[in-house]
Amino acid sequence: MSTGTADRHDAPAESGVNYLNASYGIRSWLLTFDHKRIGLLYLASITVMFLVGGIAAVLMRIHLIAPQGALFEPETYNKMFSTHGIIMVFFFLVPSIPATLGNFLIPLMIGARDVAFPKLNLLSWYVFITGAALALIATLSGGVDTGWTFYPPYSSMYSHSNVVLVALGVFIAGFSSILTGLNFIVTIHKMRAPGMTWFRLPLFIWAMYATSLIFVLGTPVIAITVFLLGLERILHVGIFDPAVGGDPLLFQHMFWFYSHPAVYIMILPGMGVVSELITAFSRKKIFGYSFVAFSSLSIAVISFIVWGHHMFVTGQSIYAGLVFSVLSFLVAIPSAVKVFNWTATLYKGSISYEAPMLYALGFIGLFTIGGLTGLFLASLATDVHVNGTYFVVAHFHYVMVGGAVMAYLGGIHFWWPKITGRLYPDMWARISAAIIFIGFNLTFFPQFMLGYLGMPRRYAVYPAEFQVLNVMSSAGASILGIGYVIPLVYLIWSMRYGPVAGANPWKAKGLEWTIPSPPPTENFAEIPIVTEDAYNYPVAEAHKYPNVPGVARV
Amino acid sequence: MMGLMQSGITSLADMIPIQPPAASSVAEGVDKLYFVLSGITIFFTVLIFSIILVFMIKYRRRSDDEKTVETHTPLVVELTWTIIPSLICAVLFVWSAALYVRNGRPPQSSTEIFVIGKQWMWHLQHVEGPREINELHVPVGVPIKLTMTSQDVIHDFYIPAFRVKKDVLPGRFSSLWFQATETGTYHLFCAQYCGTSHANMIGWVYVMTPTDYAAWLAGGEKTESLAQQGERLFSQFGCNNCHTAEGNGRAPSLVGIYGKPQKLQSGETRVVDESLIQAAILAPATVHLPNYQAIMPTYQGQVDAEQMTQLVAYVKSLGSEERNGK
Repeated sequence: MSTGTADRHDAPAESGVNYLNASYGIRSWLLTFDHKRIGLLYLASITVMFLVGGIAAVLMRIHLIAPQGALFEPETYNKMFSTHGIIMVFFFLVPSIPATLGNFLIPLMIGARDVAFPKLNLLSWYVFITGAALALIATLSGGVDTGWTFYPPYSSMYSHSNVVLVALGVFIAGFSSILTGLNFIVTIHKMRAPGMTWFRLPLFIWAMYATSLIFVLGTPVIAITVFLLGLERILHVGIFDPAVGGDPLLFQHMFWFYSHPAVYIMILPGMGVVSELITAFSRKKIFGYSFVAFSSLSIAVISFIVWGHHMFVTGQSIYAGLVFSVLSFLVAIPSAVKVFNWTATLYKGSISYEAPMLYALGFIGLFTIGGLTGLFLASLATDVHVNGTYFVVAHFHYVMVGGAVMAYLGGIHFWWPKITGRLYPDMWARISAAIIFIGFNLTFFPQFMLGYLGMPRRYAVYPAEFQVLNVMSSAGASILGIGYVIPLVYLIWSMRYGPVAGANPWKAKGLEWTIPSPPPTENFAEIPIVTEDAYNYPVAEAHKYPNVPGVARV
Repeated sequence: MMGLMQSGITSLADMIPIQPPAASSVAEGVDKLYFVLSGITIFFTVLIFSIILVFMIKYRRRSDDEKTVETHTPLVVELTWTIIPSLICAVLFVWSAALYVRNGRPPQSSTEIFVIGKQWMWHLQHVEGPREINELHVPVGVPIKLTMTSQDVIHDFYIPAFRVKKDVLPGRFSSLWFQATETGTYHLFCAQYCGTSHANMIGWVYVMTPTDYAAWLAGGEKTESLAQQGERLFSQFGCNNCHTAEGNGRAPSLVGIYGKPQKLQSGETRVVDESLIQAAILAPATVHLPNYQAIMPTYQGQVDAEQMTQLVAYVKSLGSEERNGK
């Protein structure tokens, strides 16, 4: 930490005007059309949501230290896990990487001055904030106790909590996803700089493209689903209620038709970030560029036809079970291909271990476990046993927290110097990455064991034989919580006191590193002309392959 | 000293259980698949972690202007690590699917027990008459088929020791079967979140020797069988006015109807099962038979889930002779 040499002025060290100091005042932020500022608006809002969801998680884990429950009445506990799930899924994970890093980076990476529709971009944020505010109001004014899955007829007929308000929040926030996805798709198609061909795009862009497809195609379904749920609850129209001729399983089909692809909304952007980090810190071209790129697209496509694996024990027909099982196995393969390609990228690299790289390597490890444990759930016979237990909780936290959140934090650390123009203390960042890795495993590994033993999820009280593993999990959660607070402190600190970063502190490739940090409002003084592939790191002359066009293509 | 250490180890092992009891005919098969899956998970996790670790050390950056070696991407490598996982997945799919199909089919000889889930308790009704709440007594070695419905929200009947689980839904019947292999007492959980006291919707399954079970059935106060209770309701609700045994112009006879396909007025052909009988009582128009006038009223709101199982048991008993004859 070289605070002594840090430039203590608010003005950036690199001369000139940048997007942060081009204008001042709250109006200049709330009315901005600059994709970079909008990215930061999202960053601030989802950080608040992450804190709310995180506090709920910590309270839950404290409660579960004792079999009879240490803190709450069951009803309060139920509201706690519902709040945690709803806030984390719809208001943190879904927008996390796309809305922050995606907004900030897509134009920079493809050599554009902004996204295709800057005003729509700002509107997306306001829509998101409206949805998030409704969800928070619903939480604070009594809460909701349906779980994030809102299964009827409990949610439509029996729950006495704020279901409609939360459903409205989710409904509204969905439009933010749709608009963002639309904006990104058009931007990536139409705004690429001259020479930035599809196969020269950074893999982060491919991942954002695949994610945007799911945003646009999947989100309308959840919007319709929660809308119908609201109708059912208010007017008892009988879509999901069997007492008036409805079908409660219809809801589950519709819900998972969105919510399984939504898992990939959360993880695909993380995969894109990791491709950037691995190449930057091993100074190498990605291994199997086109395989990594197309695996993103195939994951996005297959993700739409695997939803039935959430319903193996609902009594759906055996044949439906078989089809959804085989499709679910299928989606594992492009994920495996990615992991192998990232690992192979390290081969003969020049690897350094700054904090973002530690996050990226942590991602690969935890995502590997998360992905492989998914096989237990794709397998029909084992799913019957572990479905609805803590095994499922552990599995999706390995994917979404061990995967998506690790990648999100890695990405934030990697591009922080670009975003703020400042460096954070790398030693603290490495320490917190290690704390998060250890705390995460201690929290969630015991949950795999609990699930196999048969402990159902969403239990406010539990038989005493499960206590030791629950205490271990809660201990891990407290470590994990500390791991998340440390970056919050030093990142905020670095905005004012961090050493000046310079345009390219990592010596990374990519257009975003060719412009000053923080970037000027218009990004590029002159639109660049791209003449090389992504990740074109310097190669020792003796080891250069003859430049055969298309060598890494299929 | 040794003894102390040993007892220390045993108590730790007791404190952190690794495996749930395996007490049904399907448990062993499920566990075998589970262990193979665990093996695959551990193998690939260790593989990836060790490769990363080796590369991290071997290829660490030694100077800042170090240049790397260009590696191109041979197609054969990509194909290898696409095809090997695909083959592993194919084997896992076939294995798990075969097990699932086999585990899902109750044997013909199963003893039937009715289950009603309601916020927040389990009602169990033996066809012989006895009822239980949050407790289920079953004989060891006998296949048991549970026919389950819910009075309110979705529940899920889960016995970890048997590795079986099935959702219990309102408005329809689902079924689950098991054959206990070890006598003992096992957890019964609700595994689908169902509201405030979800975590208290738990109970115990008592697996008894056949003689103990017979004694248990015989003990307690004498009750009518489930079908007899249903028969009483059948006349109480006036069903027998139209649904006579011989059949008449107003309504079909229900004798021998269970388990047989029926052509509905909608043109659809459906086998008469528990869910269809329930639909016929609650929403007769949806399963209306041709050749009859649609005059039957709905019994929605009049027949609760418990009475429904009794009526279903009665209609099934009318068909049982027919079925046995086949």
